[in-house]
Amino acid sequence: MAVTCTGENRVMTAAISGEVDHHRAKEIMDELDRQIGAGLPRVLTVDLGGVTFMDSSGIAVLLRAHRHLAALDGRIRVVNIPPQAAKLLKAAGIDRLMSFV
Amino acid sequence: MKPTNEAAITFLSRSANEGFARTTAACFAAQLDPTLEEINDIKTAVSEAVTNCIVHAYPDRLGKVSMRLRLFSDQLLEIQIKDWGVGIADVEQARAPLFTTGGEERSGMGFTIMESFMDGVKVRSTPGKGTTVTLRRRISIRLGGSV
Repeated sequence: MAVTCTGENRVMTAAISGEVDHHRAKEIMDELDRQIGAGLPRVLTVDLGGVTFMDSSGIAVLLRAHRHLAALDGRIRVVNIPPQAAKLLKAAGIDRLMSFV
Repeated sequence: MKPTNEAAITFLSRSANEGFARTTAACFAAQLDPTLEEINDIKTAVSEAVTNCIVHAYPDRLGKVSMRLRLFSDQLLEIQIKDWGVGIADVEQARAPLFTTGGEERSGMGFTIMESFMDGVKVRSTPGKGTTVTLRRRISIRLGGSV
């Protein structure tokens, strides 16, 4: 399972695991879309602790979730970012758009 | 300049080959004794270049992608990724941050990431004929026992 979602009362955590590249991004986006649509969270915590590799496809995943949450007047925070993904997200300037913990 | 070692692979533009290509490049680079961060930088840049071939060079068909890996003296690694796809009409525009023709599923940050993680990125493209991306990265020399 690429994404495991938990939470209640419109506070949701989405744990992403494995490699986040173009090959897997669509599956992850579709599952996140489905879970956000069902739970309508105001706060979405994306846990990247289980991510073993990420390229710019992962940036598209986070930007899509960010846009989805903005449409719900919600916010997104990204936690447990592995060093490789952290370097990638920083190089792309995504840390200016959402909260990294 | 003559390479001290060289390898090449050719594969189909299937997304399953993204992981294969970046892992192959990392394995070849391992002989230079890179740090984990250097290996991750190489994997990330190769992943971006190969994904571009799969998404953009062959948007509606499968095609061939080749990756040539060469080592030169002074710890220089050169990775050339080539396709025979649609080509890029405006390379400068394609390299600009956030530019993409790939829709919401792409971030438009591929070339920006390659440039951030490599020492040099060269793009040669001819519309209708294909694109060659050359990535260069010098791997640091580590003293024995250091991290």
